[in-house]
Amino acid sequence: MPAITPSQTVGPFFAYGLLPQEYGYAGIAGSRLVAPDTPGEHILLYGRVVDGEGRPVEDAMLEIWQADAEGRYADAPDGGRADFFGFGRTGTDGEGRFRFETVKPGRVPAPDGRLQAPHIAMIVTARGLLNHLFTRIYFEDEEAANAEDPVLARVPEARRPSLIAARQTLGGMPAYRFEVRLQGEAETVFFEFVP
Amino acid sequence: MTPPPRFAPRDDSAHPPMIHPDYRSSRSRGPVRPLLLVPQTLTELSGPVFGEGAIGELDSDLTRNAARNGEPIGERIVVSGRVLDEAGRPVAGTLVEIWQANAAGRYVHRRDRHPAPLDPNFLGAGRCLTDAEGRFRFLTIRPGPYPWQNHDNAWRPSHIHFSLFGPAFLTRLVTQMYFPGDPLLAHDPIFQSVPAPARERLIARFALDLAVPGFATAYSFDIVLRGPAETPMENR
Repeated sequence: MPAITPSQTVGPFFAYGLLPQEYGYAGIAGSRLVAPDTPGEHILLYGRVVDGEGRPVEDAMLEIWQADAEGRYADAPDGGRADFFGFGRTGTDGEGRFRFETVKPGRVPAPDGRLQAPHIAMIVTARGLLNHLFTRIYFEDEEAANAEDPVLARVPEARRPSLIAARQTLGGMPAYRFEVRLQGEAETVFFEFVP
Repeated sequence: MTPPPRFAPRDDSAHPPMIHPDYRSSRSRGPVRPLLLVPQTLTELSGPVFGEGAIGELDSDLTRNAARNGEPIGERIVVSGRVLDEAGRPVAGTLVEIWQANAAGRYVHRRDRHPAPLDPNFLGAGRCLTDAEGRFRFLTIRPGPYPWQNHDNAWRPSHIHFSLFGPAFLTRLVTQMYFPGDPLLAHDPIFQSVPAPARERLIARFALDLAVPGFATAYSFDIVLRGPAETPMENR
């Protein structure tokens, strides 16, 4: 059997390759996942990436993957057909900030047949990260669904707040704020998904 | 509805640690707490699928995809290989993205301050989809080494960055391909962060059989993504 290829850092200079829109070339994905007519509640997802000393991470790349407002993934192995693609990619700016425009996802099935709470999957890459990191964004205003989510249930209670985005309003739009803390007291929970 | 197939656990013996102190940036950025183990769900078992629409005609030819008034300077090389999973099955139709420095070791990126020349005919970025056998092929220029600030007299070995998706969000891989015989590999903390037995998997093989006679030499680089949790049946 072939052995897996080791991970390496994305490095500091990925933007012209992975986010070439910034350099005038076509890219495969950006920070806007929605068209004006995409069904569902349109939201902003924004925040900051900070390191262990609280300094902004100005050269991170974030990718998100999510279901549509009805809880369907595009091209899913369950045959789901979503209203939109559900994948986004962006870089952080000089202050470590990022921002996506998307829809609030619906609930998707859990392995036991019940439903997961609405969530957005995120991959974090950056200079200094030798491995990409998986985290999840849950929503503050989904208290009941969050309470029965099988993934959140595995997270020690004291660390759950690191995964829950706070609802605000920004420019008249519902906005969820999510901080990615790579290290420190409130280090974000990063996952390994096991079979 | 049958549940989607699960993937094997992460192979910790192959990947670098989160913090490798010799790689300075990892000290304040690598998470300190262990990864939290949770079950794979539809979220991770699905993932974005990019079709031909994501690929432009010249995207896999870095010697032409940003040419303005001539050809890029440097040694033309073919970089090709197969994308497989840990069960040895080809990963067909998956997106492969690459980016790299030019022959002088300079990146197009705006923050690259290395005082080496930019090449007006070279961007250093490309992408393609693997074919039914999991094959990909790029034509590019061999990248040069470049200095960085990690430690005194630090140089990165020549390398090409790779980004792959595979069949699920869980099979995502970002890595770097290196060149055989590069004396800088022994001094590079990013390459050395990989556990010793797995390091050679990041070094391409010189492949004269894949060269284009009279035009370009060639390197072969196979990439292995996370595979199934259970070995697939041979005789289905």
